[in-house]
Amino acid sequence: MATKHSRASARIMISPAVILLLGWMLIPLSMTLYFSFLRYNLLMPGMEEFTGLTNYKYFLTDPAFFAALTNTILLVCGVLLVTVIGGVFLALLLDQPFFGQGIVRILVIAPFFVMPTVSALVWKNMFMNPVNGLFAHLFKFFGLEPFDFLAQAPLASIIGIVSWQWLPFATLILLTAFQSLDQEQLEASEMDGAPWIKRFWFIMLPHLSRAITVVILIQTIFLLSVFAEILVTTNGGPGTASTNLTYLIYMQSLLQFDVGGGSAGGVVAIILANIVAIFLMRMIGKNLDA
Amino acid sequence: MARSVSTNRKLVTTFFAWVVGLAIFFPILWTILTSFKTEAQAIADPPIFFNFHWTLENYVTVQERSNYFRHFWNSVVLSGGSTLLGLIIAIPAAWSMAFVPSRRTKDILMWMLSTKMLPPVGVLVPMYLIFRNLGLLDTQIGLVIVLTLINLPIIVWMLYTYFKEIPGEILEAARMDGATLRSEILYVLTPMAIPGIASTVLLNIILAWNEAFWTLNLTAAKAAPLTAFIASYSSPEGLFYAKLSAASTMAIAPILIMGWFSQKQLVRGLTFGAVK
Repeated sequence: MATKHSRASARIMISPAVILLLGWMLIPLSMTLYFSFLRYNLLMPGMEEFTGLTNYKYFLTDPAFFAALTNTILLVCGVLLVTVIGGVFLALLLDQPFFGQGIVRILVIAPFFVMPTVSALVWKNMFMNPVNGLFAHLFKFFGLEPFDFLAQAPLASIIGIVSWQWLPFATLILLTAFQSLDQEQLEASEMDGAPWIKRFWFIMLPHLSRAITVVILIQTIFLLSVFAEILVTTNGGPGTASTNLTYLIYMQSLLQFDVGGGSAGGVVAIILANIVAIFLMRMIGKNLDA
Repeated sequence: MARSVSTNRKLVTTFFAWVVGLAIFFPILWTILTSFKTEAQAIADPPIFFNFHWTLENYVTVQERSNYFRHFWNSVVLSGGSTLLGLIIAIPAAWSMAFVPSRRTKDILMWMLSTKMLPPVGVLVPMYLIFRNLGLLDTQIGLVIVLTLINLPIIVWMLYTYFKEIPGEILEAARMDGATLRSEILYVLTPMAIPGIASTVLLNIILAWNEAFWTLNLTAAKAAPLTAFIASYSSPEGLFYAKLSAASTMAIAPILIMGWFSQKQLVRGLTFGAVK
């Protein structure tokens, strides 16, 4: 069908995108790799020297690295748990017929469009502030001591904020999946007397499994890089209580100007993200009929 | 759906759905309400919901004190510019993959996607140094380039899935009639793909508008978009709730409205076609 002429022009038309992305991937990446083997601090220009794996040794044995790794895993898993379970129930609810479906859907997906810095600041000040926040008012109303969320439970508070942002994403995708569910199969099982819980467990959940996997993988990619929420709320503190890997590398590179150490951390982050990416790519690749 | 549902059950569902919907939306609603209060009313205990004296004073103050419109304009330039640039690069690429597929098309698509999986912090140091040495720190052009590159895979993917749905015979017919490649793309393909292109544009503007890693790390004052502008309210202005709310409302309102229009295409764009 395609002529030789169009094949040649197709190659020309695709090349700008390929070349740009190739450059975007290779140039900074090879620089990161190169810097990671250097002793290189921006405060001491001209003192760069090759140090082999020293940066990696320091980065991986730093107690802050272990804390950041734990926090990253807790943050990702915590948000996934809340959004997937919450998303399944929300999708189940919104899939039922009720009055004002369109409006409620709009209300539910709204948090996804709020920029991370805004949602972090609004939650931090107007809700979680121990003096004037709404939660403090609420606690006082019930005669309880106000709770300083971001000082006493910083990571859990951030998990809450990030979950609020990502719940709409999970809900929207699971809702789309629900809508392709075979209604006749459900009706048949209902007539055969299967109770609701069995219908949910044996028909709905298996149907959703693919969508749930997609939600988990895509969210993980984004959640590994949570940054603005931490910068605005806790600055990674108190101590390293809410520092994730992204924030740790940011501190090392742009606040301590340690190019070598930050780069070694960058390489570690890339390796971790790739482990998740491989699974995601397989899922998407299977679905692609090119 | 053929199933008939009893009115009673529908009413119960309606109640629960609205309660949950309003609870999730509440932080946004509260921010919008607070932006019209005075500072004293904003921190009143017990909280005031609707019976306060509505004022626009906070909006005026925010504009005067921190020049909201300049940051708004930066956001417009960054998201609009990167989307436009992305389209110019992506439309030809998506065309060739959708209509002249080769053995490697699938590999190229997957590889493009894989660049999106790169954690930004992994290349933070080199990007910062490149920007510093080229004098691109805190410039609009530098950020437009970065935002274009990070969203290019999504643009190509979305356009590809939309182009795939257009029958290739129509393009062939145009070619038979003597249309050049340029006019084939410009006058035959593009008009047919307008809905697909429009939703791609919408999703990309949203993603670029809310991008908060590169915009925070590569800007200072001049080119800072709304994400960075709001971050500057972190302290101590953040304690002035009414002003914080006014600034927040202005930062999210445009994209909230666009987002609601694009909700149907969102699933497809964000899952790279894995869920439709």
